[in-house]
Amino acid sequence: MKFLAARRRSPIVASGLLVGALAVMGLGYAAIATVQPAQAALAVGTETQVEAGRQLYLEGCSSCHGLEAQGTEVAPTLVGVGAAAVDFQVSTGRMPLAAPGAQAPSVYPTYDEEQVAAMAAYIASLAPGPAIPTAEQYDYADADVALGGELFRINCAQCHQAAGEGGALTQGKYAPSLMESSPKTIYMAMLTGPQSMPVFSDTQLDTQDKQDIIAYVMDLQTAPSPGGLSLGRLGPVTEGVFLATAVFAMLIAAAVWIGMKAR
Amino acid sequence: MTTTSPVEKAGGATATYVDKRLGSNSFLSRNLGKVFPDHWSFMLGEIALYSFIVVLLTGTFLTLFFKPSMIEVIYDGSYVPLKGVKMSEAYASSLDISFDVRGGLLLRQMHHWSALIFVAAIAVHMFRVFFTGAFRKPREFNWIIGVGLTVLALAAGFSGYSLPDDLLSGTGLQIARGIVQATPIVGTWMAFLLFGGEFPGTDFISMLYGIHILLIPGLILALITVHLMMVWVQKHTQFPGPGRTNDNVVGYPLLPVYMAKAGGFFFVVFGIIALVGGLVTINPIWIFGPYTPDQVSAGSQPDWYIGWLDGALRIMPNWETVIGGFTISWNIMIPAMIMPGIVFTGLALYPFIEAWVTGDKREHNLLDRPRNAPVRTAFGMMAITFYCLLWVGGANDIIATAFDLSINAITWFLRVMIFVLPPIVFVVTKRVCLGLQRRDRDKLLHGYESGRVLRLPHGEFIEVHEPLSAKDLAVITAKTDIVPLPAPERADAEGVRSKGYRIHSLRHRLSGFFYADNVTRPTDAEIEAGQHHAAHDAALEAPLHEYEDQDEIRNAHGGVLHHPGMADTNAEQLEERSQH
Repeated sequence: MKFLAARRRSPIVASGLLVGALAVMGLGYAAIATVQPAQAALAVGTETQVEAGRQLYLEGCSSCHGLEAQGTEVAPTLVGVGAAAVDFQVSTGRMPLAAPGAQAPSVYPTYDEEQVAAMAAYIASLAPGPAIPTAEQYDYADADVALGGELFRINCAQCHQAAGEGGALTQGKYAPSLMESSPKTIYMAMLTGPQSMPVFSDTQLDTQDKQDIIAYVMDLQTAPSPGGLSLGRLGPVTEGVFLATAVFAMLIAAAVWIGMKAR
Repeated sequence: MTTTSPVEKAGGATATYVDKRLGSNSFLSRNLGKVFPDHWSFMLGEIALYSFIVVLLTGTFLTLFFKPSMIEVIYDGSYVPLKGVKMSEAYASSLDISFDVRGGLLLRQMHHWSALIFVAAIAVHMFRVFFTGAFRKPREFNWIIGVGLTVLALAAGFSGYSLPDDLLSGTGLQIARGIVQATPIVGTWMAFLLFGGEFPGTDFISMLYGIHILLIPGLILALITVHLMMVWVQKHTQFPGPGRTNDNVVGYPLLPVYMAKAGGFFFVVFGIIALVGGLVTINPIWIFGPYTPDQVSAGSQPDWYIGWLDGALRIMPNWETVIGGFTISWNIMIPAMIMPGIVFTGLALYPFIEAWVTGDKREHNLLDRPRNAPVRTAFGMMAITFYCLLWVGGANDIIATAFDLSINAITWFLRVMIFVLPPIVFVVTKRVCLGLQRRDRDKLLHGYESGRVLRLPHGEFIEVHEPLSAKDLAVITAKTDIVPLPAPERADAEGVRSKGYRIHSLRHRLSGFFYADNVTRPTDAEIEAGQHHAAHDAALEAPLHEYEDQDEIRNAHGGVLHHPGMADTNAEQLEERSQH
């Protein structure tokens, strides 16, 4: 004890104690913080998160979907649509709908991830439905791109267009472009069949098929255009417009130049 | 004294050597000096010719690697997203051309681009010929050959579009088969005959290949030869201008001027096609995937020149009649058979229709300015509008997604506009033409508006009109007045109804429709007076230019330009002006 008593008043002790205390607090908090979310997901997923989600739901969604998510004349019931449907619609900014129209457009999302998770938990608590897919489910690292391409052409291309650039449906509805979609979004869209899209349940396209399709869409998103400028990959219409404008401007300019009288 | 260079000597010796064997000198000397008129719009047909040459060259390359077979193979080329996929040998070899043959993709894209340019250049060339009245006597047959070439170009394009057997070309063929099936009574049998059984069958690609690489190009080459020979024999038409008459051709000789211009233009066209083929994707078949009848992509479109027919199909209401167990598919027959039939027949017969209506049997080697044939020009614009609307119809899904529109709204818009817009365009075009005619008349009677306002000594402001240049004068005065056919007598003096009254009466009315509104050309004396008047304006302005030449301007502020001998009172000025 003499050793400590002798050095207790040393100027370095105060700083040392401070650093030590900060280290203990910091490390201790870090240790707790890494554990906490798991506990929170379990504990709050059933109580606090659901309640938070219900509050968000009542504020942002209930005016159309009803106070009990039972649906109204203007909006469908959300009982049984599952957490995946909520995540897809809200995290892509489709819901809450800004204005009634042919179809909900994908805009900048209104809610952050935590809020989306809360609302998803609330809707999931009403009745069982498709859950938000885990990262392994939409991991396409080992998927077969070529098979995905075939599945895409059979199941998706008639609306989303062969290059995934989107296409028109009736009365102003449309299949959106997939060029910005994330693997998770694509997976959830197949799982829940949002808006005009049919549901591709696991009995129609199992997880592996979905991953193959995701791999193909990701290839469409990232693959370079081997032929040069892609013209939006929309086919002969944009090619025709390019022909009539750029190509003929060049050809006729050349004709005028050559046709001019030599001076 | 003339000296002969060694090059000339060698050339002369070669020419003599060849001439002794072929007798070519007299032929060449007769033809190499042939004169052609100069105008950029006369080169539009050349674009078609040159792009066709590029199509032939690149197409020959493609035949070396393309396998026109519908045997099913498993793709094992270097395009990963299709590896292991079952497809026809035709599609697999098209992929190989794109990814595994050196320079293959470039040549495939050049082939496709030049094919599109070929058809487009034909269309633009046809516009030029139509709007300038170059199809008139004696060139009616060449117009018909041109229409034939157009149809063949469409057939060449569509057969080529269908060959790679990708999802897009198969979809196109499926529609073509649907049109064949819509033929009343025999349609189904015809479709089976054509495709050798159920769609898509196994024979069609190889059959189409023969048609695409031999039959159609052969016919096109033969018709191009006749087309050009007729231009050669009949001589090229020319625009009106100084010294140009209906009986001469003003321009430059073939050698050396047009040899150089045409040769150079060929390389320019080739260069542009190579540039576009190298830099801009066309028909990315690897994205569409192999054709199977159970698949289709959203936004499937034909190439632009078939787009209008597809558009007609798309906007047609779904009408059908069932007579005695046979379905008459008006929804397909009207847009895909009857309408194009009328369009191409009308196009081919137009020179004869116009000559009959107007009673114009003269030879025309001098071109019309479009404004001087307002009804023809308006018809042409009406046809272009009609085409464009149908093309929009063919692109309705792309337009709907690109501009956030409802596809149904576009369809209904077009269903109405296809009947409303062309007549409006007709009236507007005719009015514009007549307005331009009046302006020409004004120019002849009052000279050219210089935009300079002059204040005369007595305070009157006038705009200075200048006399027309010799070129403008020649161009404008080349217009000839065409009098509508007179109304026929209903009955002769004895009250006997005259023969063919009804048909003559119809012609009278139609020719009135063509020409009655035309602005009449002033007489030569009036033109003379008008130009003289304009020259007088310029004389009034002359003192200004004298000032310009002087070192300093005196009395510039509020000063009145005046020369001795010029009228200086208001009354005198007015009297002088009224004399002119």
